[in-house]
Amino acid sequence: MAATDVTKITEKSPWQDITRGNQIYGAGTSRLFKTGEWRTHTPVFHEEKCKQCLLCVPVCPDSSIPVNDSKREDFDYDHCKGCGICAKVCPFEAISMKEGQ
Amino acid sequence: MSYNFKAEMNKPERLAPGHRMCAGCGGTIAVRAVLRALHEGDKAVIGNATGCLEVSSFMYPFTSYEDSYIHNAFENAGATMGGVETAYHVLKKKGKIKDNYKFITFGGDGGTYDIGLQSLSGAMERNHDFVYVCYDNGAYMNTGIQRSSATPMYADTTTTPVGSQSNGKLQNRKDLAAIIAAHDVPYVGQSTLLGNFKDLHTKAEKAIYTEGACFLNVMAPCPRGWRYPTEDIMEICKLGVETCYWPLFEVDHGKWILNYEPKHKLPIEDFLRPQGRFKHLFKKGNEDLLVQFQEEVDRRWENLQFLCSNY
Amino acid sequence: MAIRERLSGNEAISYAIKQVNPDVMPAFPITPSTEIPQYVANYIANGEMDTEFIPVESEHSSMSATVGASAAGARALTATSSCGMALMWEELYVAASNRLPLALCLVNRALSGPININCDHSDSMGARDTGFIQIYAENNQEVYDNFVQAYRISEHEDVMLPIMICQDGFITSHAVENIELLEDDKVKKFVGEYNPENYLLNSKQPMAVGPYAVSNYYMETKMAQNAAMENAKQVILDVGKEYGQLSGRTYGFFEEYRLGDADYAIVIIGSAAGTSKDAIDALREQGMKAGLLKIRVFRPFPDEEIAAALKHCKAVAIMDRCEGFRGKGGPLGAEVKAALYDHAKDVKAFNLIYGLGGRDFTVEEAERIYKDLEAYDKEGRDFEEYRYVGLRG
Repeated sequence: MAATDVTKITEKSPWQDITRGNQIYGAGTSRLFKTGEWRTHTPVFHEEKCKQCLLCVPVCPDSSIPVNDSKREDFDYDHCKGCGICAKVCPFEAISMKEGQ
Repeated sequence: MSYNFKAEMNKPERLAPGHRMCAGCGGTIAVRAVLRALHEGDKAVIGNATGCLEVSSFMYPFTSYEDSYIHNAFENAGATMGGVETAYHVLKKKGKIKDNYKFITFGGDGGTYDIGLQSLSGAMERNHDFVYVCYDNGAYMNTGIQRSSATPMYADTTTTPVGSQSNGKLQNRKDLAAIIAAHDVPYVGQSTLLGNFKDLHTKAEKAIYTEGACFLNVMAPCPRGWRYPTEDIMEICKLGVETCYWPLFEVDHGKWILNYEPKHKLPIEDFLRPQGRFKHLFKKGNEDLLVQFQEEVDRRWENLQFLCSNY
Repeated sequence: MAIRERLSGNEAISYAIKQVNPDVMPAFPITPSTEIPQYVANYIANGEMDTEFIPVESEHSSMSATVGASAAGARALTATSSCGMALMWEELYVAASNRLPLALCLVNRALSGPININCDHSDSMGARDTGFIQIYAENNQEVYDNFVQAYRISEHEDVMLPIMICQDGFITSHAVENIELLEDDKVKKFVGEYNPENYLLNSKQPMAVGPYAVSNYYMETKMAQNAAMENAKQVILDVGKEYGQLSGRTYGFFEEYRLGDADYAIVIIGSAAGTSKDAIDALREQGMKAGLLKIRVFRPFPDEEIAAALKHCKAVAIMDRCEGFRGKGGPLGAEVKAALYDHAKDVKAFNLIYGLGGRDFTVEEAERIYKDLEAYDKEGRDFEEYRYVGLRG
């Protein structure tokens, strides 16, 4: 069976469109749900200070620091909730927190 | 199994963002670390007891898992994964499945120490080939910070509130890792969120790739329940280890191994002070409560040292 | 050629399980269903089947593991009775709402307290609204036949619901009767392989099971479950007919015994139907038009069909082997009366409670019920709306 198209399942869907047993076929569909708007504080990445030690990567509760070829990229602001753990663990002050979104 | 931090960070993520866990949640940091220990190419089925993680990471129709996932109920994550794992062996034997699968199930301390203990004990005793990971934040956080048997003594929770006649929880926490070790399972590890995650990763990898029932107890602080600023989580975890409140150890095929011994064991106040749930312990007149807390930490630490020194 | 055997109800269903050879069976001992996992464990120990048996530490875990195995893609089942079912209550709902076509072999027994190991229907009747299909048996032959049909119903694409195959504790489970078994290959061919489209261990595509669903999804989910239960009606009839072609024993929603022209009828579930049939035969000799409607399928509930079968009767006694504690009778009484109200208002129906905790139900008692129905109808004599049969005092 094809992967569930979760964009077709909304809080307005008729009962016939709800997947059998609420099962979801496929994976990682929560990416479509943007938690970034929860932020009251926002991390800012200062690439010039970053030594690519990657210590910020595993401490993110929201998998919002993408790594490509051993280098971290800018934040996934669609999902980052602004907890600030990454800024706190950075040994090089390459992440600062600012107020708001 | 050597640990290559950079290589691990390069692996594809197995817990997708978009889950509804609180900002700064220790639970999902732990889940990410454990799932990272799966070898690329190995498939997995992830299980989950009811709790914060479950209601946040598979909120219909959004699953955060890149692998197959099953949540059943609060008290039965052990039995449920036992059923999945048994099905795997039968279907593999019958030639209906070709791929290699690993089985990992997550439960909070409420679902693990308390309501799910029987189911977990049964699954461990039957030695199903899976890993049960307890992300221990020391209370029922999903329902609003009620005490569990993992809650430390004197913690202020919503069912052990501090008041004029109460200093919070009266009892010491249950030593679950030791209880599971007493099941004589192949592997038990206790860890938390530290530095480059070598300790947790190594233990998760051992647990996943050791045949039989394995158990991981991971201290995963909850900023909401413990009342500390979200960004301080890694410092809190480190203090838990440096004060010997949360020792790092493993029980590998019956052999007790202490993984870390602080050069200068810090006083328990250092772990307790940053947490709002222990604020009352620092009021004038409550000095003896801190002494008692320290005595309990010392007693457990010495007992652990004794167990580990015998090998 | 069918195989003639002498088997107890527990042996009969275990033999059917062996022939079907499902993938996973977790179970926990409880009287009177204990023998089922014992027989299965023995078949496995002797290489007669390759099911994996999980000796779990409780019934909650037995249904939990059955749910896990079924979601993983296995054909799974468990067996239990009474308090064992009560302990797995939560899981019955989970199995049904996850739409897992697993089987539960229930040996009906009274619920505590006081603790009592004998037959009544309070366990499965309490679970009537869990979303399980429920099929009941009068005798060991039906127990066997019902299990052979179970997965064909539950795994049907239009259904995908768990199924409960019920029999009466001790009365059928431990009593040995002559029965006819089908050959292994015929059973295997009839039941077929289970190859689900979606399952946790499908390497082509992961699957997530058991979400948190907010109010905006919950009612739609329940409606879909209900639609599947509605669909089960036709599937049960089709499977029962096909089984008839195979075995010579055709099954529907219920059995009508001398009901076609009956003035007075008993509606009953399970082994006590046999007792009632003896009473009917005796009363027919005396000229009374007595008849019986023995319910086989309680979920889905065939309300229109039941009402149509009873609509010509002058008075009906609905027999509950379960107390409903509503002060007016049991669940079968409530549901059959509701069916009559909707579809055959003129039929006068009474609700009687019998056989609780293994209390005998005798032919004499059944005869008395028919005579009381007749006296009510012909002489206007009082017939209590709700009463106990076989009660002292």
